[in-house]
Amino acid sequence: MDLRVRALQTILVEKGYVEPAALDHIIEAYETRIGPHIGANAVAKAWNDPVFKASLLADATKAIGVFGRVGDHLVAVENTPQVHNMVVCTLCSCYPWDVLGLPPVWYKSFAYRSRAVKEPRSVLADFGITLPASTQIRVWDSTAETRFLVVPMRPTGTDGWREEKLALLVTRDSMIGTGLAKKPDEVA
Amino acid sequence: MDGIHDMGGMDGFGKVVPEPNEPVFHQRWEGAAMAMSRAIGASGAWNIDQGRYGIELLAPRVYLSSSYYKRWFLRLEQMLLQRKLVDADEIAAGRGLRPGPPLKRGKFTHADVERIMKRGSFGRPELAPARYKPGDRVRARNIHPKGHTRLPRYVRGHLGTVERLHGCHVFPDSVVLGKGEDPQWLYTVCFEGRELWGDDAESGLIVSIDAFEPYLEPV
Repeated sequence: MDLRVRALQTILVEKGYVEPAALDHIIEAYETRIGPHIGANAVAKAWNDPVFKASLLADATKAIGVFGRVGDHLVAVENTPQVHNMVVCTLCSCYPWDVLGLPPVWYKSFAYRSRAVKEPRSVLADFGITLPASTQIRVWDSTAETRFLVVPMRPTGTDGWREEKLALLVTRDSMIGTGLAKKPDEVA
Repeated sequence: MDGIHDMGGMDGFGKVVPEPNEPVFHQRWEGAAMAMSRAIGASGAWNIDQGRYGIELLAPRVYLSSSYYKRWFLRLEQMLLQRKLVDADEIAAGRGLRPGPPLKRGKFTHADVERIMKRGSFGRPELAPARYKPGDRVRARNIHPKGHTRLPRYVRGHLGTVERLHGCHVFPDSVVLGKGEDPQWLYTVCFEGRELWGDDAESGLIVSIDAFEPYLEPV
């Protein structure tokens, strides 16, 4: 694949369609700048600031705009003891790139795409997560240009923590809904 | 189209295997395939819906045996050839042999990168009032268009409840048919697990899709 891809890049450059430095810049942005820390900062702020949380749940694009450049139609959904939200794209692999970066391989896997809408509890078990039978599992299939960000539940034992410290608890998977936020003793 | 890409509810793909400390790209070419695809798309060669349809048109055996970024690369090569931006002899030679037709927005340069780091907007002005409101019962239509659609098979014919309205959005089915944006109301519609999967449903499951108005019929 390496040779084939490099050959096509040579063609596109020689034909004057792309500037090689621009391609490197795109790759670098996803490797260094655009990632789950953007979503994590928003979740941490929502945990500490009820006004921000309300605005996040009302219009996530607008609310997260302060942390980065976020496209339209971003919807934040809140996990509670009653409802656990989980996000998938069964048709391709739509994912909130703006706030989580590029999706992990498992999110794009046929196993996840096929099973998440049918047996999410069984999928959660693959991540080591078991939720009470009384918790409703809400799966959001990203079939249009809306994108979803899960606001995980705040772990107990974090009262008085500053946002910067809280953000360390917010994992990528917890914002997709295949994980929970870390417990305080899981971070140094 | 009722293609292999429409995977919701299929069995047999095994466990989901998370990778601890996963890198953004596993191989250098993956990043290059992603970046080239984004750059050519942003230069106006095709839009997001046409690009998705390009992946759906991969032969099922190719789709199933290719990784995510390999599918992106194969789509890129196919669509460049179809639009005559690149010729087959150039692919064979591994270099550009002649000038190609210009891209709609010109060469993709460093100055264009920031623009694509933010998702585009697909909302459009409302042309007609919404047919449904939150709480309305609706049925996902039993349609099987040969072209591109974002109505997954597993909900077709099933009863759901409208939960949210998202305004009017570009209608992918129309875009890929070459009939323009034809904006339609977009709704989040919830389906109960038992409605979709019968007695085999897991307990307490609600699945939602985002459905364009033409995907729905009143109950």
